[in-house]
Amino acid sequence: MTIIQFVLLGAALFSIGLYGVLTRKNAVLVLASVEVMLAAVNVNLVAFDVYLGDASHAGQIMTLFLIALAAAEVGIGIAIVLLVFRNRRSANIDELDVMRF
Amino acid sequence: MFAALTPFLAAFAFLSEEGGHEVHAGDGGALAQWAWLIVVVPVVITFLIVFFGKKSPLKGWGMATFGMAFVAVYGAVLAWVNLQEGILYEGAIDIGKIGPFALQWGWVVDGLSIMMYFLVGIVGFLVFVYAKGYMKGDVRYTWFFAAFSLFAGGMLVLVSAPNLIQLIVGWELVGVSSYLLIAHYWEDFDNVDAGNKAFMTNKIADVGLFIGAIIMALSAGSFQFSEIFSRMIEGHTLLAQFGFWAGLALFIGAMGKSAQFPFHVWLPDAMAGPTPVSALMHAATMVTAGIYLIARLFPFYQMPEFAGNVDSYIVVIGAITLFFMGLLAIVQDDIKKVLAYSTVSQLGYMMAAMGVGAYSAGLFHLFTHAFFKSLLFLGAGSVIHAVHSNNMSDMGGLRKYMPATFWTFLIGTAALIGLFPFAGFWSKDEIIASAYYNASTDPTAAAWFMVILSIAGAFITAFYMARAVSLTFFGEYNGHGHPHESPKIMTIPLMGLAAFAAFAGFLNMPGITETFIEWVTVRAFPISEHHFTAPNWALISIVTPIVLIALGIGFWLFRPKETQAARDTFDIPVLYPLLEHKYYIDDFYMDGIIRPTMGPLADGTLWIDENIVDAVPNLAGGAAKHVAAAVNTVDQNAVDGVYNSVSAGTGAAGGFLRKALTGRVQQYAAMSFAGVVIIAALFMIF
Repeated sequence: MTIIQFVLLGAALFSIGLYGVLTRKNAVLVLASVEVMLAAVNVNLVAFDVYLGDASHAGQIMTLFLIALAAAEVGIGIAIVLLVFRNRRSANIDELDVMRF
Repeated sequence: MFAALTPFLAAFAFLSEEGGHEVHAGDGGALAQWAWLIVVVPVVITFLIVFFGKKSPLKGWGMATFGMAFVAVYGAVLAWVNLQEGILYEGAIDIGKIGPFALQWGWVVDGLSIMMYFLVGIVGFLVFVYAKGYMKGDVRYTWFFAAFSLFAGGMLVLVSAPNLIQLIVGWELVGVSSYLLIAHYWEDFDNVDAGNKAFMTNKIADVGLFIGAIIMALSAGSFQFSEIFSRMIEGHTLLAQFGFWAGLALFIGAMGKSAQFPFHVWLPDAMAGPTPVSALMHAATMVTAGIYLIARLFPFYQMPEFAGNVDSYIVVIGAITLFFMGLLAIVQDDIKKVLAYSTVSQLGYMMAAMGVGAYSAGLFHLFTHAFFKSLLFLGAGSVIHAVHSNNMSDMGGLRKYMPATFWTFLIGTAALIGLFPFAGFWSKDEIIASAYYNASTDPTAAAWFMVILSIAGAFITAFYMARAVSLTFFGEYNGHGHPHESPKIMTIPLMGLAAFAAFAGFLNMPGITETFIEWVTVRAFPISEHHFTAPNWALISIVTPIVLIALGIGFWLFRPKETQAARDTFDIPVLYPLLEHKYYIDDFYMDGIIRPTMGPLADGTLWIDENIVDAVPNLAGGAAKHVAAAVNTVDQNAVDGVYNSVSAGTGAAGGFLRKALTGRVQQYAAMSFAGVVIIAALFMIF
């Protein structure tokens, strides 16, 4: 096992996530895609932690922080989406263009 | 503070050789310390009337009369204490400094000022009571009493002044309130003219007062009277050098207020005001201010090293005034104008008395004159009230209709012409005796001029009063309607004043009573004057027959049956037109001074101003305008252009970039990612 497979896995996950963020119409799926991108980052952190043999395992600790952060972020995100849905009867982000000039 | 003066008083002893009174005086205690109330009460009441008068039950009359009653009672108490033990007090409050000169508001309590407090209070009170009846139904009833109260208050400010600055303040207060009162019936334009005339004439003379005060302050180093007198005793050289000019300038100021020739022109016209105003203005206040000023500075005018040489001018002016202005009273048809010229004439007596060094005689005449002249004015007012005309040709026979007015008027007349034993007899004879004494000790032309004219003046006084009484009260009634006696509120003050006119003379009978002399000579600075110990029988035996003869001629010429015809026989070719036109003095002022000033002089100055003086600013202004236009062009096009184009460019760029902002979240995300990729690529390359 070399580092390359993990990096490729991370890159693949990140690309899939990015694709989902840029193309999905439903806001919930966009959030899910963001989670996928975060997972890619986590894979990279763990992989490089092991690969570099860090005695303090800072990479893995950072991963734990990121998982907690992702959970909180999803919580807020879902709450926003719910409120938007309640106000507009739709979670379609194409229709959310009120920030336009 | 007068203790400090004691050594100076001792040094002054050499001047008292003519028997000046020795002054033993206390400081008056709390009575004198609280005397500032005399000044403050009428002034405060003025403002109370202005703000609350119309709502008060008596429409301001009550407050004004209360103020005068207060002054009268306080003045009477002060006078009583002054006669018992003498009062010399000078209260002062520091207000500030003008350069090296201390500015103080103070109140002098000495014989002279107490006499004036008493006089203003008692005459003011009686006139105010009378005015309630006279002014009844007037449009500006409340305002009248406010201005009247201010008038008396201004006089009290003047009288209480321990320095020239406060004196000027009071002087001008009296001036401005007299203006308000003379022009009280301002709907009639003539009355406004009369007010303006009084104000402007006084103002011209006031220039003398100001100049005198400035010379005095600059040479003596103080505006305080007490300081000036101290400098005098020290023999201050600078003050001695300018003393004559200071004295002369102050005398010119006094001439204006006291209506001395040639500043007398305002006084007869001031008759346009309501009669109570005339009564107060020509008796206790205003016209006495000039006499008061000379009396206040009397020691200064007595010392030949200082203003002593002004005395001969004072005598000549006083003598001219007393004689020639008295003559004018003969031809007047307006009863108030007869009395007005009579006032001018009597003021001439007082002024001349000051000039001959008869301090207490002059003040005594001021004192008695205040009573009998206000009595005569109020009597004339009562007649006018009944007849609704000022002209004696509309009167006649009023003796039957108005007995109270007639008898009090008669007492006033007797006092004015100097019949024994009425007040005027004692005061006028004392002046004539003083003039005679002055002429016999110092026989100058001016002194004898004064003696002759003062005796001739007594003749004229009796003559015009005989005419006035005859035309008004005897014969048949010539006016319209049915005249009636005035209400009690008007006749009772007349009786009060008549009592004073009859008995005030007993205060100073040479050789018998010296009450008045003791009263007014209580001064911080001893007054030196000749003091008579017995009546001058020789003069009395000349003057009294002359007065009686004049009365006889007057009553005979203007006897009831021939009133109108007698007027015509009086038509002496040169004299009558001369008197009718008031010696052409008013015409000279109008055509010789005012018209040329308002006409050619004003036009000429206007032309010079418009064409020469204005040319420079106009030229400069025109040039500046062209420069400004050029600057404007540069500013609009060059300076503003830079900013305008910058802002236009920014606006265009913004308009272009706004199209990139669609509001689509995913587009923004894609652009962010593209940005990250570009940055990452740059990192890789470099």
